[in-house]
Formats: sequence, structure tokens, C-alpha cells
Amino acid sequence: MNVATLRAILTAPARARVGDVVEIRALAQHPMETGYRRSAEGELLPRELLRRVECRFDGELVLAAELHAAVSANPYLAFHLRLPRSGTLTVRWVGDAGVAHSESVRIQAT
Amino acid sequence: MIARRPLLAAGAALPFCGPARATPASLLAAIATFTGGAAVQEGRVKLELSPLVENGNTVPVTVSVPGADGGSVRRLALFTELNPQPEVAVFTLGPLAGRAQVATRLRLATSQTVVALAQMADGSVWQQRIDVVVTLAACVEGG
Repeated sequence: MNVATLRAILTAPARARVGDVVEIRALAQHPMETGYRRSAEGELLPRELLRRVECRFDGELVLAAELHAAVSANPYLAFHLRLPRSGTLTVRWVGDAGVAHSESVRIQAT
Repeated sequence: MIARRPLLAAGAALPFCGPARATPASLLAAIATFTGGAAVQEGRVKLELSPLVENGNTVPVTVSVPGADGGSVRRLALFTELNPQPEVAVFTLGPLAGRAQVATRLRLATSQTVVALAQMADGSVWQQRIDVVVTLAACVEGG
């Protein structure tokens, strides 16, 4: 891919009640090249993975994922946040070849 | 109930799709790295995965500890028996994790066993294993 950014989607409800458990979904567009495949010319394609996905709410950890080659292309994660208050949810993807990207959403507590 | 040994033998007969493949020994080593030496017990963790997979490139999977959240579960992990590497993903739950549950999609290089592990806040480790039959293996269609 050889770009330092990627396209990613972060889905969370815009508003929820304090203490509610809400679903967060994070999807990044990335080939997750395993390093085991060959190109049409027979050359081994170099490994290029997203290695780490971290989700924080105002800096406090919700989920950190360490990914390996067995995670499918365009890594998808769905997990849950217990909303403590209004705040900003941020997901950060970090991978090989200097790939790093963040997405944020604001969640309003009602 | 599907007998496991003939399936494993059939899996071994399929063409390799990588230069290496995880052996049960490397699976055990990867699990030992995750547990830090704690005994692995059956139960508590729940692995949701179709036992018959058509496309090994993207297999939906959910690992959870029902009724638990980030306060009582430290980490969840997925491993495979016969992929080139045993590790799939390790999830660390923070204090704001509302449920000890993560869904993702994984690759399966052949029919094999998928292992889900959960490490509780008290350090105990629990597992569930599911045998999966894959009709189209990951990376065979790559190119």
C-alpha cells in the first residue's frame, strides 16, 4: 500500500445514557498482506499488516487489539463501551510501513 | 459428531499455502506465552464461529465471557492450530469495556481447530475450542 494513512470507519451512537453499554464498530481499509502470498509474477509479496488498534474514551482505554496475519483484510472489530459521561471516542490504527491513522466520534451523554 | 482425526489427515493432504504452518507445538508455545504459565481450564469463555466455513478468507468470529466486562476480564485471545502462525489476535480490555466481547473476522488456511482464551483479572485462563471445516481455504485464491 505504501501510504502512511488509511481509510477507516468508526461507528458509535451519537448519544446514549450514562452507564449504558453501547456497541462500537471499527473498520479499516487495509490488505493485511500476510507475507505468504505470491504475486502473479511469482514474487513473494512482503508482509504488511495493521499491528495494533487502540480505542480510548477521553484517553481511558476501552480496548487494545494486537493483530496478526490471520486477521482478514480490512480488519473489522466490534466491541462495547460503558459510557461514563459525554466525551470523545478515538480509535487509532498502527501498522507496518509507517501506517498510522485515527478516527474520533463525540458521544453525548443524556 | 464429526471425527477429528480423518479431518486432520485430509487437511494435511491439501497443498500448503505458505512456506510454514503452525504445528500443535507452536500453538502450545503461543498459548503458553499468553497464559504466562497459568493452567488452562475449560469453560467460561465463549467462542462463536460457524463449524462449516465456505470462505476461509473472512470468517466471522466472536469471543466473549458472558456476563463479564473489562473489570473482571483482562484479555481475550484467538489462536489457530494449522495456520502458518498460531496467533490471530489478542484483545486487552480496558476499564471502560462494557462487555467482555469482541467480534472480528479471521483467515483459516485449512480445516482446523480454533482456540479462544480468556484471562481473568485474577489471572486464571479459560478456553473453548471449535473444530472448523473450511471448503475454500484462505490464500489459495490469492495471487
